[in-house]
Amino acid sequence: MSDQEFMITMKDVNKWYGDFHVLKDVNLNIKKGEKVVICGPSGSGKSTTIRCLNHLEKFQQGQIHINGTELIDDVKIVRHIRAQVGMVFQHFNLFPHLSVLENLLIAPTWVHKKPRKEAIETAMYYLERVKIADQAHKYPNQLSGGQQQRVAIARCLCINPEIMLFDEPTSALDPEMVSEVLDVMVELADEGITMICVTHEMGFAKKVADRVIFMDAGQVIEENEPHQFFDNPQSDRLKLFLDQILSH
Amino acid sequence: MATYTMKEAKPAPSGSKGIIFWLKTNLFSDVRNSLLSLVGLYLIYLTIPPLLNWMIFDATWSGTQDEVVNSGARWIFIIEKFDQFIYGFYPEHLHWRPNLVAMLCVAFLIALKVLKNNKSKIVLMLLFPFVCFILISGGWFGLETVETEKWGGLMLTILVAAVGIIASFPIGIVLALGRQSDMPILRTLCIGFIEFVRGVPLITILFMASVVLPLFFHDGIEFDKLLRALIGITLFQAAYIAEVVRGGLQAIPKGQYEASEALGLSYWQGMILIILPQALKISIPNLVGSFISLFKDTTLVLIIGLFDILAMVTLTNSDTNWLGYEVEGYVFVTLIYWVCCFTMSQYSKSIERKFNTEH
Repeated sequence: MSDQEFMITMKDVNKWYGDFHVLKDVNLNIKKGEKVVICGPSGSGKSTTIRCLNHLEKFQQGQIHINGTELIDDVKIVRHIRAQVGMVFQHFNLFPHLSVLENLLIAPTWVHKKPRKEAIETAMYYLERVKIADQAHKYPNQLSGGQQQRVAIARCLCINPEIMLFDEPTSALDPEMVSEVLDVMVELADEGITMICVTHEMGFAKKVADRVIFMDAGQVIEENEPHQFFDNPQSDRLKLFLDQILSH
Repeated sequence: MATYTMKEAKPAPSGSKGIIFWLKTNLFSDVRNSLLSLVGLYLIYLTIPPLLNWMIFDATWSGTQDEVVNSGARWIFIIEKFDQFIYGFYPEHLHWRPNLVAMLCVAFLIALKVLKNNKSKIVLMLLFPFVCFILISGGWFGLETVETEKWGGLMLTILVAAVGIIASFPIGIVLALGRQSDMPILRTLCIGFIEFVRGVPLITILFMASVVLPLFFHDGIEFDKLLRALIGITLFQAAYIAEVVRGGLQAIPKGQYEASEALGLSYWQGMILIILPQALKISIPNLVGSFISLFKDTTLVLIIGLFDILAMVTLTNSDTNWLGYEVEGYVFVTLIYWVCCFTMSQYSKSIERKFNTEH
């Protein structure tokens, strides 16, 4: 397949923090509408990988193409790519000085230059979708963690992204609230948006992923479709990892 | 196995409210606390009544110098010299102009609260300083020109402080952002400026603005003395504001920068919409502290021959008809300074409450 048929391609991406080699020849091709879950031990480079995709992290070697555009260190290109890539963070990163609704209006009105009225309609539509429309005029700190993360997801959807990146979206949540966020993500997955999700929620991976990728020490160790990945792991490192996270 | 039913909320036990309870817990909870309370009350008794007697009950409020019989403060001096304290040497028949500006300031603050439209607010903010300047200095629209040498008193104090605060604020923010920039040359320039200015007393900067600055200009270009002082004070204050704002910027979690970048906001959009509103909110107490100390520092302009309110008091004390009234003069100035500074600190508290989005 040529590069154009993939939504995301990463080719031999290498990254160093000083002398520390965090990403080692990472190769990744993701088709439009594909759902990919990345897992691995902490420090394995999985967050760094997806943060490279919207240029929150720079990489020193290799090539990344997003929706046909090569990602290079250029303000215009980076903005063009960020306008089509939404990112959900572990710690939500809502803007605490703005109401929930204003949080959702920032990008559509300032980046995509939509009229405010239209932006409000879109925002309310997505707040409805994540079942939180009644909180639109509250401030983020008045909401629970699960509600905040759903607002964060709605904030990304407002820019109508081609790709959604999830960076451990449920790791900072109380156990009771994990499912309400995962439910929203499952719904999204059914709609055909391209999704890359760094998570330890293996149930979610089994349910929605087209492919699961295991990373360790800055490289991709194994990738497979979910059933094979969990039931028939090939590498010893993945067997050990699965043993540890599934044993209790 | 055991199960429990939910419990109702009960009222707090009686005896945990009321004046007696408050006195008991706060002033006389144990022997040491009681002793401290008594000593404190005694100190209040020693200082406050005599002060009130001197300032109010035994004070002389009217009449001439010869008629003074009371032992308290002779406020007739203040009443006699009041106009000079407030306006300096500003021509008497034009006092209505600073008065009008003062009233416009109040109207301006009210308008900022009432107006909902941000655009009209910005227009108002940009227009207002020019209106004030034209009213005070004159020379336009048939208004008589008043040279800056004649400006003085409280009017000058407030003017210098206001210009210093308003002009230094944006410069300070830009310096703070520059200090955090990725561009090495810009960063070095900002750090150099901030550290140089912060390492030098304000008096030195005022002397430099007054004596050294004219050396850089060709002969014949007369550069207004007040303007030079204002530039010096603004640059001085900007360095301090920069450090206060930098403190605020550093308190903003990295995730806020990342979220605004990830949404596609440009550097300036992210700064203006996301980062600065939060950073400035945290910095309000320190910013106002810095503004208050600037307000008091403005009195140093007397060094270069400008007569602010304190200098006017000193000057009127040397009036041979009114010798020996220093105490009244300085107490009056103290009160004025205190009222201004206290108002600023209360205003800052109300702004803090307004921007609080925690609850």
